Amino acid sequence: MKQLISFVKKEFNHILRDRRTMLVLFGMPVVQLIIFGFAITTEVRNAKIAILDNSKDGITQKLITRIESTEYFDVEHSIVSDQQIEEAFKSGKIKLAVVFQPNFQNELSHSNKAQIQIIADATDPNQATTLTNYISAVVMDYQNELIELNKPPLTIETELRMLYNPQLKGAYISVPGVMALILLLVSAMMTSISVVKEKELGTMEILLVSPMKPWLVIISKAIPYFILSIVNVITILLLSVLLLDMPINGSLFLLISMTILYILCALSLGLLISTVTNSQLAAMLISLVGLMLPVVMLSGYAFPIANMPDALQLLANFSPAKWFIIIIKNVMIKGVGIERIWKEMLVISGMTLIFILISIKRFKIRLQ
Amino acid sequence: MNAVEIKNIVKKYSKKKSSVTAVNNISFTVEEGELFGLLGPDGAGKSTIFRILTTLLLPDSGSATVLNYDIIKDWKEIRNIVGYMPGRFSLYQDLTVEENLEFFATVFNTTIQENYELVADIYKQLEPFKHRRAGKLSGGMKQKLALSCALIHKPKILFLDEPTTGVDPVSRKEFWEMLIRLKKQGISILVSTPYMDEANLCDRVALMQSGRILEIDTPQNIVNRFEKNLLAVRSGNMFNLLNDLRSIPQIESCFAFGDNHHVVIDETDFNSEDLKKYLISNGHSDISISSIEPTIEDCFMQLMKK
Amino acid sequence: MNNEIVIKTDKLTKKFGDFTAVDEISFEVYKGEIFGFLGANGAGKTTAMKMLIGISKPTSGAASISGFDVYKQTEQIKKNIGYMSQKFSLYEDLTIMENIELFGGIYGLSYVEIKARGKNLIDKLNLQNESDKLVESLPLGWKQKLAFGLAILHNPQIVFLDEPTSGVDPITRRQFWDMIYEASHKGITVFVTTHYMDEAEYCNRICILVDGEIKALDSPEGLKRKLEAKSIDEVFVMLARSAKRTE
Repeated sequence: MKQLISFVKKEFNHILRDRRTMLVLFGMPVVQLIIFGFAITTEVRNAKIAILDNSKDGITQKLITRIESTEYFDVEHSIVSDQQIEEAFKSGKIKLAVVFQPNFQNELSHSNKAQIQIIADATDPNQATTLTNYISAVVMDYQNELIELNKPPLTIETELRMLYNPQLKGAYISVPGVMALILLLVSAMMTSISVVKEKELGTMEILLVSPMKPWLVIISKAIPYFILSIVNVITILLLSVLLLDMPINGSLFLLISMTILYILCALSLGLLISTVTNSQLAAMLISLVGLMLPVVMLSGYAFPIANMPDALQLLANFSPAKWFIIIIKNVMIKGVGIERIWKEMLVISGMTLIFILISIKRFKIRLQ
Repeated sequence: MNAVEIKNIVKKYSKKKSSVTAVNNISFTVEEGELFGLLGPDGAGKSTIFRILTTLLLPDSGSATVLNYDIIKDWKEIRNIVGYMPGRFSLYQDLTVEENLEFFATVFNTTIQENYELVADIYKQLEPFKHRRAGKLSGGMKQKLALSCALIHKPKILFLDEPTTGVDPVSRKEFWEMLIRLKKQGISILVSTPYMDEANLCDRVALMQSGRILEIDTPQNIVNRFEKNLLAVRSGNMFNLLNDLRSIPQIESCFAFGDNHHVVIDETDFNSEDLKKYLISNGHSDISISSIEPTIEDCFMQLMKK
Repeated sequence: MNNEIVIKTDKLTKKFGDFTAVDEISFEVYKGEIFGFLGANGAGKTTAMKMLIGISKPTSGAASISGFDVYKQTEQIKKNIGYMSQKFSLYEDLTIMENIELFGGIYGLSYVEIKARGKNLIDKLNLQNESDKLVESLPLGWKQKLAFGLAILHNPQIVFLDEPTSGVDPITRRQFWDMIYEASHKGITVFVTTHYMDEAEYCNRICILVDGEIKALDSPEGLKRKLEAKSIDEVFVMLARSAKRTE
C-alpha cells in the first residue's frame, strides 16, 4: 500500500510539474467545450436574408414580423426586386430569400392555398437546410394559429418538430462528443504516454528489477489519470449546465456511473497501447490517429452515423465513444433510465474487459 | 557460493533482416565480495549481460545464476536482492533528489532512514542539493544519486552498467572511491566501463569485444601475460614520428598513448640505439625511448588484433 | 601551424538568469591547431561551444570565428565550420552514400565534388563494400570516423568535435585521432572536447575550464611542467578539484 501511495504521489508530481501536460489536461476540455459549444455550432444566428413581398397584405406583414422577431434572421430591407435578390446571392450578401406570391392573403382565404418560395444559398448545404427549416417552422407556427382561428381546414399541413432539442442547440451534440473525446484522450493517451515515458527513460528497467509488482506499477499509473478524468467530467458538466444551458434530465448518479465505466474503458485502452509501443511518439500517434479520429469521425459526434457508408457504420461500432455518446445523450437529454441503455453499457463493459485481458497477456515482466 | 555464475550465454538480436550476436557464448564467475569489471567499447555486449543477470532479458541459450538463484526460474528472488544502475541516467528528472531517493526506497519496501548508513557516505555529498530537480544536477552528481537509489534497499549484489561514461575524470575518481568503500562492506559489485584505466581498480576484469571475452583475470596477471616488448617513444614531432615508426618492419604496431607513442616490437633482439639513430636520420630531435610495462589498454589492443 | 588567428574570444560570457555558465573567457586559436577544450561536467564547455558555432547568443563579450562575428554573422560562421556532436551525427536510416550526398548537398557542394570527395572518404575508411549499407549496421567506431569525414567534407576552416570518441574501442579511437592529425596537417583547425585525458595530450594546446572560467591554457608539456604533474590527468584533477560549482 505504501508503494502504491508513493507511486501515485510521484505520478502527480510529474503531471503537476509539466506545464504542457497541465494545459492539455485542464485547458483542453474548457477550450473544446467553448469552441464546439459556441463557435462551431449547427445553429445559425443572425443570418442575412431578404424578403420579397409581392403581396403586401395583412398576413404577409404578420409573417414578416414573425421572421424578423427571431434571433436567427437579419432581414436586408434594401432588397426589393428579383434582380436584387440574385445579385445579393452572388455577392454572398444574403444566405436565403423568402418570396411571397402576389395576392397571398386572397389566395389563402379563397382557395385555402398560398405559396411562399424559399430560396437558399446551398453552397453550404448544412446551413441552407437549417435556415429553410427555421423559416418553415415559423410559417408552420403561424399557420397553426390560423387553423385555430379560422375553422375552415387548410390544405398545407407540413409538420416539423425538432425533438428533444426544439431550439436546435449545438451544445446538445457537442457536450457528449467533447466528453467522449476528452476522457478518451486524457485517460488513454496520457496514461499510455506516461507508461511509455518510463520505458524511454530507462526507469522501467529499475522498476522491473524491483520487488514492486508489475501490475501495481500499472495500477499506480492509472489512478492519477482516473482522478484527473473525474475532475474533467465535473468541469465539463458544470460548464455545460451553467454556460451552455444543457439540462441533466436523467439521474445524475447514473450519468456519473456510466462516465466512470467509460473512463475505465479508456484507461484500459491506454494500458493496451502502452504494452505495444516503446516510444512516446508512437504512443501519441496511435492515440491520436487510433482514438481521436474515430471519435470525431465515426462516433456520430461530427457526422451522423446514419449517413455513413455501411462499412464505416460497422467500423463505428468498435469505437467505445460511439456507445458512450449514445448513453450520455439518452441520460442527459432524454432523461431515460438504466433500462434503456443497458445494451450500450454492456458493450462498453465488454470492451473494457477485452482491453484488460489483452494488456495483461501482453504485459511483459522483461524487456523486449 | 558465487555471486554470479554465467555458463555459455548466447543472446542474439534480430534487427530487420540481419541478426546481431550481442553476447556470443560467454562464461565467467564472480566471487562473493568481489569487484568485477567488464571492460570494453560500445557494442561489446556489456549491457546485454547486465540485463540478462538482472532478469530483464532471457538468453537464447546458456544458463546463469545470481547468488545461486537461477535467472530464469527465480527471477522474483533476484529482483529482491540486486541493485541495478542501467547505462543511461534512469531517474526521474522532474523529481527532486530527495523525492527520487524516497520513491525508490518505498518501491523497494524500505525507507531512507532504515538504510541510511549504507548511503550516508554518498548521500551527504548530495544533501545540499536535495531540493534540486535531478535533471538539473551535473553528470557526476547524477551518478551519485543513481548509485544511492540503487543502494537504498541494501542489495547483496550491485550491477552498475557504465556508471562513469561521460563523467569527468574527477567525478570518476570519486565514484570509484565509493565503489571500493562499498566493496569493503561486503557487497559484490559487477561494473562495466569503456575506460581502460579503470581496470586497475577492479579485483578482476573481463576484457570484452563484439560479444566475446578476450581475456579474464586480475589486471596484474593480464599485464604480466603481455608477451611482446613495449617501448614508449617520444620526439619533437609526434605526428611524423607516428608515421616513421609505422614504416619500420620490426615494429608490429605503434599507437599514440598520451604524450608518448607505444611501440610493440616483434623481435627480442631489438636495439633501441639503432632506432634512435634511424629517427635522427629522419630529422627527429628530442628523442626519448624507454622500455615500459604495458597498461591494460595496451593488452586490450594487442588482444583485439588476434 | 602558423600564427593566423581563426578563433578569438574576448570576455565571452553566457548567463542563464543569475547563473553564469561561461564567465568572461578570452582565448585565441591558431590556424591548423588542435585545441583541446577540457572541463568537468557542467564547467561550461558545451555552452561555450554552442556560442562559438553560432547557435547560442552570448550575454556579453565578443568572439569571432574565421573573422565572422558570433552575434551578427552566424550564417557565415555555419558555412565555414564543421560540427560533429556525440549525440547526433549521421542519419542511421540512410546508407553511407546517401549520408554523404545529403551533407555534401547541405553545404552546397556540386554533384561532381560530392562524388569525388565521397569516393575519397569511402576509400580512406575502407568502406568500399559497405557504401550501400545503412549507417545503423556499422559499428560505433566506424560511424564516428565517417561522421568526422562528413564534418570536414566541405573543407571547413574549423571543425568542432564534441566528445567524438566516447565509447569507441581503443584502436578505433586512435585511428580517429589519426584522422584529426591529418585534418590539422591540411590546415583545418580542430576544436575538440574529450573526457579521455590521454587524448588531451595529443592536442597542441589545451584549455581547462573550471566553473565557467579558464583555469589553465597552455601546451600539455607546459601545463605538466608548471604544475609538476606527470600527466594531464593529474593536471586536470588538481585544477578541477578546486571547483565550487556542482552543477
